[in-house]
Amino acid sequence: MKIAVLELVRRPGRFVVVGGALTLLTLLLLFLGGLLDGLFLNSTGAIRANDADALVFSDDARQSFLRSTVDDDVRAEILAVDGVGEVGGLGLSLLGVAIPGEREIADGAVAGYELASGALPAPPSPGQAYADRRLEKFGARLGQTVLVGPAEVPLELIGWVEDTNYLLQNGLWVEPDTWRSVQTTNRPDAPVGAGEFQTFIVRSTGTIETDELIARIDSATGRTETLSENDAVFAVPGITEQNATFTAVIGVTIFVTGLVVALFFALLTIERQGLYALLKAIGGSSRTLVAGVVVQSLAVALGAYLLGALLTAGLAQILPPSVPAQFELGRAAITLVAVTAAAVAGGLISFRRITRIDPATAIGAGA
Amino acid sequence: MTALVLDGVRKVYPSGDDEIVAVHTADLAVGDDEILALVGPSGSGKTTLLSIAGGLLAPTAGAVRVGSTDISGFNQKQLTGFRASSVGFVFQAVNLVPFLTARENLLVVAEMTGQPKGPARRRADQLLDELGLTHRTKNLPAQLSGGERQRVAIGRALMNEPGLVLFDEPTSALDTSLGEQVMGLIRDEVKGRGTAAVIVTHDTRMTEFADRTVSIIDGYLAA
Ligand SMILES: Nc1ncnc2c1ncn2[C@@H]1O[C@H](COP(=O)(O)OP(=O)(O)O)[C@@H](O)[C@H]1O
Ligand SMILES: [Mg+2]
Repeated sequence: MKIAVLELVRRPGRFVVVGGALTLLTLLLLFLGGLLDGLFLNSTGAIRANDADALVFSDDARQSFLRSTVDDDVRAEILAVDGVGEVGGLGLSLLGVAIPGEREIADGAVAGYELASGALPAPPSPGQAYADRRLEKFGARLGQTVLVGPAEVPLELIGWVEDTNYLLQNGLWVEPDTWRSVQTTNRPDAPVGAGEFQTFIVRSTGTIETDELIARIDSATGRTETLSENDAVFAVPGITEQNATFTAVIGVTIFVTGLVVALFFALLTIERQGLYALLKAIGGSSRTLVAGVVVQSLAVALGAYLLGALLTAGLAQILPPSVPAQFELGRAAITLVAVTAAAVAGGLISFRRITRIDPATAIGAGA
Repeated sequence: MTALVLDGVRKVYPSGDDEIVAVHTADLAVGDDEILALVGPSGSGKTTLLSIAGGLLAPTAGAVRVGSTDISGFNQKQLTGFRASSVGFVFQAVNLVPFLTARENLLVVAEMTGQPKGPARRRADQLLDELGLTHRTKNLPAQLSGGERQRVAIGRALMNEPGLVLFDEPTSALDTSLGEQVMGLIRDEVKGRGTAAVIVTHDTRMTEFADRTVSIIDGYLAA
């Protein structure tokens, strides 16, 4: 191990190429992960923000907010179900948002809601909105009045909330009647009646399994399709496909990382035939030599990861707001594990090659 | 006790469809604290014989016993362990690790064989001192003279306190006076430790440093 470390320190040039490649692969992995997380979080925040155990859609909505309508009768039926704690309405309207002083119209998801949650304070007064902090990147400031939709319904921004977006549209959280008027004035073809919402957020009393709660609600109303929060998140259009696509690309990149390390150390092993023969001749086992390779690949991977993470942090500073990348600590940790594991696996591949080196070549006899 | 016994050792190398008999049936015994010179012209089988004696190469036929261990039937793994614990090699090509200092080239033996660090460091410093290299311990091989490199290689061969040290033409790259100096040093080191040594050379002038000389020609040993 010591000799492996000393070689790294005294012959760093040998490792520059593989270190550089791993740095770029780390950058790619972190960036892809950031995009995946950004897309996922910004597509589903409005659902996750409610601390819901279940979301009740109308059964003709095919799990879509925009196609779903639920009313006070449904609410009463849900409230009567044993195991239901709180019920609150939620409705979403996707509309352009004109920010004072900004030429670009930002995307907005105006959300009418009733229940406060970890992410959301209690609904503001009519005509006011809590805005998702991402809207700040588009130039919005607290105290401003933004104009929503073609009908230019004014909303005063009175506070920031985090992680509340829907389909990459910036969340604007308002009390129910404000939402209804935003929707009805801008989309007279699809008005919302008094007491109507798109879904009901349901929080259980905590004494019942979610599956059981869902079954009870749907059988009580006879005209709803209730989803757990997780199912509702993955019912957001494109989310499943997006996750599968990015996961595949990330998986391939991790595989390539392992391959690069394997190839590098395979070539290095050929270059080191003489050294390895000598070390074996003086009593070094193949295991000891492979351990050295693994130490080196691990050290190179860690160094490359650090550099790649720094590059990613730099990149994050200059990304335009239209790129919804979001860099999460958990993703950084998973990527670190993946890169080091790929490097170790890549280094271990040289085991066979090292085993086959004949120590007798050190003395100039034998095979 | 004998340090090394070769009993009917034979080594045949495949060469295309043909075979090269590098060592014909060789019988040899080296005493516990004996220095044996093995002399012969180039291609006579010296290196092959030395490799077999040190467990670097398996004989085609015959038995090899080093100290009390019969290594004839050993597999690669056992041979590695045997080399780590029981023999020291000085290679013809010196073969120091280029990116390690003189001292580290000695300590690499301890690393490869899993010797404890503290005693290994003390031993390395003592050996370097005995070999007159105290002022060169931090130098890389490229900064050392040929004679100094050879002395580092000798120190490395003694690091694992072997009962048998094998030298393959240790003076071939040195001029006569430097060669004699190194041979004197080898003799002092080996005799001072009471271990056995086989020194391969094709230079008959170096045999005066040995207790006994055996010659080998075309793979045949002759006393
Ligand atoms: N790995 C090998 N494969 C085939 N022939 C070999 C090999 N090693 C040595 N020989 C042959 O065996 C004979 C003895 O070689 P060697 O033991 O190196 O002699 P020396 O050390 O006395 O010069 C030579 O003819 C050499 O060509
Ligand atoms: Mg030779």
